[in-house]
Amino acid sequence: MKTRKRSNAPIFWGLFGAGGMLSALFGPALVFITGLAVPLGLLLPQGTMSYPKMLAFAQNFIGKGFIFAVIALFMWHAVHRIYHSLHEFGIHAGMGAKLLCYGSAFVGTVISAVVLLGVGF
Amino acid sequence: MSEQKFIEIEVLRYKPESDEAPHSEVYKVPFTDDMSVLQGAQYIKDNFDGSLTYRWSCRMAICGSCGMMINGVPKLSCETFIRDYYPNRITIEALAHFPIEKDLVVDLSGFIEKLESVQPYIIPAEKRSLDQGEYIQTPAQVQDYMQFTSCINCTLCYAACPQFGLNPDFIGPGAMALLHRYNMDSRDGGAEQRMELVASEEGVFNCSAVGYCSEVCPKHVDPANAVNINKTNAAKDYFLRFLSPKGGAK
Ligand code: FES
Repeated sequence: MKTRKRSNAPIFWGLFGAGGMLSALFGPALVFITGLAVPLGLLLPQGTMSYPKMLAFAQNFIGKGFIFAVIALFMWHAVHRIYHSLHEFGIHAGMGAKLLCYGSAFVGTVISAVVLLGVGF
Repeated sequence: MSEQKFIEIEVLRYKPESDEAPHSEVYKVPFTDDMSVLQGAQYIKDNFDGSLTYRWSCRMAICGSCGMMINGVPKLSCETFIRDYYPNRITIEALAHFPIEKDLVVDLSGFIEKLESVQPYIIPAEKRSLDQGEYIQTPAQVQDYMQFTSCINCTLCYAACPQFGLNPDFIGPGAMALLHRYNMDSRDGGAEQRMELVASEEGVFNCSAVGYCSEVCPKHVDPANAVNINKTNAAKDYFLRFLSPKGGAK
């Protein structure tokens, strides 16, 4: 029997799946809160996303974790989808596109981790 | 008697010994309401051009040999009726994504190799001697794999799969459904051996969950489900193999 190479897709597929789940659960609500409700002053009290409140949220352990997961996993989800869509449109950009896609998610992940740790506890 | 109705059937023709490339020919076929597209092709063969080549056998959607693209959709031509297209023209072509052998006949050798590669037979979980008697299975255990036994190897799912179209090495929906049928069988212990293929670069991760394969399946096998369950299995195997002494693929 011919030997086959194991695919390393499970890593990216796992991050993609986790990000997809998270964005399905929280994405629309986040868009609504940050993009509509707060700027237009709908439903939510004044200053819901004021700087001190957001800073406190980002300094809290759970808040930090939430922000990190939402940024990083959303990005992994998005780049995986973009990479595969390129393939589906017949653009087989190969290794370069792969590096660009997953690389940008990686960089985004590192930046968000550094910044979140930087704002302290 | 009511007036004779005619339908235009446009056929993608290809004679490998003389044609550079496939081309279309249109035939005006008289039909009755009980005629299938396959019968339309037979009418053309009997009355217009005896060299028209296509596969068929059972004429009752069970042998799986009469698949073709009908107006761009992979279908069994024996269970697709001309009346449903009238008065518009019907276009029939060889199944997409396969090399054409002649006219509507495609080369299935790649698919046959894939079927073999999934080890489509029971690899006993524990060997039993003859005097231990038969393997016992409960109706519930039969239900676990029953749906995946219904495949008739018509390969409509391959003609539907955009990923197989892009990468012919992809193991694909039909063969994965068959693989899953054996993995789900309580008498079988071959899942670990089959994992090498499932988790490989030709394996399930080529699938981007389009789901069209299951939509066109004439037997409701739901191959997309078989593929996607095995993505989870392969991911588990990927991360947990370090914890177990025997791994799957290299
Ligand atoms: S002729 Fe057998 S499935 Fe159509």
